Amino acid sequence: MANPAIKATGLNKWFGEGEAKTIALRDITLEAQFGEMVYIVGPSGSGKTTLLSVLSGILKPNAGNVWVEGIDIWSLDADQLADFRLHKIGFVFQDYHLFPRLNTAENAAIPLILRKQDWDESIREAAKYLEIVGLKGRAELPPVKLSGGEQQRVAIARAMISQPDILIMDEPTASLDGDTGQAILKFVHDNVLKENRCIVVVTHDSRIYEYASRILTMEDGRITGTKERVA
Amino acid sequence: MKGFLRLAYKLLVNDKAKFTALLVGQTFAVFLMMFVTSMFIGVLNHASSTVINIGASMWVMDPAVQTITNSIGMPDYVLDAVRSMQGVKYAVPLYSGGALVKLPDGTYQSVTVVGLDDTTLFGRPQLTEGKIEDIYAENGFIVVNDSEFSKLESPHLGSEFELNDHRGVVVGIAAVTTSGLYGIPTLYTTYERAVQYIPNPRYTLSNVLVEPKTPQDIARIKGQVAALGYLALTKQEFIERTADFYVFQTGGGTNILIMTVISFIVGLSITGQTFYTFILENLERFGALKAIGTRNRDLVRMILFQAGFTSFIGYGLGVGLCTLLICLAKLRLASYAAMVSYASLLLAFGMVLIITAVSSYVGVRRVLRIEPFEIFRG
Repeated sequence: MANPAIKATGLNKWFGEGEAKTIALRDITLEAQFGEMVYIVGPSGSGKTTLLSVLSGILKPNAGNVWVEGIDIWSLDADQLADFRLHKIGFVFQDYHLFPRLNTAENAAIPLILRKQDWDESIREAAKYLEIVGLKGRAELPPVKLSGGEQQRVAIARAMISQPDILIMDEPTASLDGDTGQAILKFVHDNVLKENRCIVVVTHDSRIYEYASRILTMEDGRITGTKERVA
Repeated sequence: MKGFLRLAYKLLVNDKAKFTALLVGQTFAVFLMMFVTSMFIGVLNHASSTVINIGASMWVMDPAVQTITNSIGMPDYVLDAVRSMQGVKYAVPLYSGGALVKLPDGTYQSVTVVGLDDTTLFGRPQLTEGKIEDIYAENGFIVVNDSEFSKLESPHLGSEFELNDHRGVVVGIAAVTTSGLYGIPTLYTTYERAVQYIPNPRYTLSNVLVEPKTPQDIARIKGQVAALGYLALTKQEFIERTADFYVFQTGGGTNILIMTVISFIVGLSITGQTFYTFILENLERFGALKAIGTRNRDLVRMILFQAGFTSFIGYGLGVGLCTLLICLAKLRLASYAAMVSYASLLLAFGMVLIITAVSSYVGVRRVLRIEPFEIFRG
């Protein structure tokens, strides 16, 4: 049987010590398969973002293991982990985190540039991905000239360009109006989700639940519910 | 250029306001430091003008002499003794001293009088007007045409003046490599006339100029002169002794050190602070790069590249600006006392390296400390 895209067992994470100790994750165990779009939902402070960070190799858990495609990511050293993120995971951040001093194509090309791919070739590749996300002809514009939805599309193009197996989206609609948020997630569902790709989305936005394959609900650092295939 | 360095370059130069501020800071610091040190080196060079212009290989003097301008007379036998030393090809006397000249309009002007060996005229200047043999004419003096020339009412051949109640006649106008430090005109005449015209203490021999037979003889001559109770220095050593005097015994060195430190602090403050602000403004993006998968050492390279690139452009601009200003000043004032030297260039380069290192260190520390997790938390 093939490895799941993501498998986590016994994840615990806390911040601070003594009286200041805050427990963010309590004994979390989960699996996400390729071809799935898994949503993690829950109130603020429930540990969604912490879980996302632990699953994507950004924040080390105090206990537990995470396997991505069968690799125990927290057994990797810092450089290996950075390489792992660069090659296996695509990130779409809540605030996009685009570079205002770079144009749209340069922003989208960043993962390829970091992979030491030729600059011009990376920019050409980025232009293709911008076209895919519906931003044809916008490659030379700086991000400030784009709307919020367009900036989110650039962030998606940046996440997709390295063709990652896992796509991590943190509150992708938080800065967008309802219609634009819907359109973005529909686009991701229809065009980015593939059989060999797993997408994990952290969101508050119930209007986009229809695109989820599975919804995990978190409260106080625990997964308190799972809802299969809503759409 | 590697992709991520090009990325660093674009992030830097596309932020035009910050990049300009960084360049201005570096350029200003380098300019200030270069200018101060160039002026000081120029002043030191002018302080040794007589040594440079006369051009003798070795100089014999009283051990208490620090500069050519405060010469202490030596008895005449020193000249004979030096001439008889092993390894000496030839030796000639030199007089160097100050005097007051009374000009035709009745005003008095301080001058430096250089008395050349009557027989050889060793160390004579390059004449632009007149003939060198006229120095032997009655009351003959050669005037150096430098920035102080006008203080003698811009004399011409045949102009007259009084020197200690003696008549002086200008028989030649000369150009020299380096003009003097103290802003007074220079007159050349024969040794005999100089000691005859200028009131002098008991001993009149300022220096003995020596030409060794071979470079290997220098050490031997020094030893023999020392045994006589006097000091023999090569031209370069005399220039350095003069420089040491101004650096360590006049406060000039301290002042230059203070100015250099101030320019360093100014440069470091402006550049360091602007670069730190640049890093802070881009901190979230650096965090995003880290989250995406940039290794720490690549981030360090990016920051070092940004700091280094700015610093070296600033260095080039600072050096260029300083050189341009000195050149322009020299166009207006031929003897302007400033010169760009390798020492200034190296000093400024060292300072730039330190500023780069400190700015980078501050930026690198901040970037390495940021956790990509914070990017997720917004």
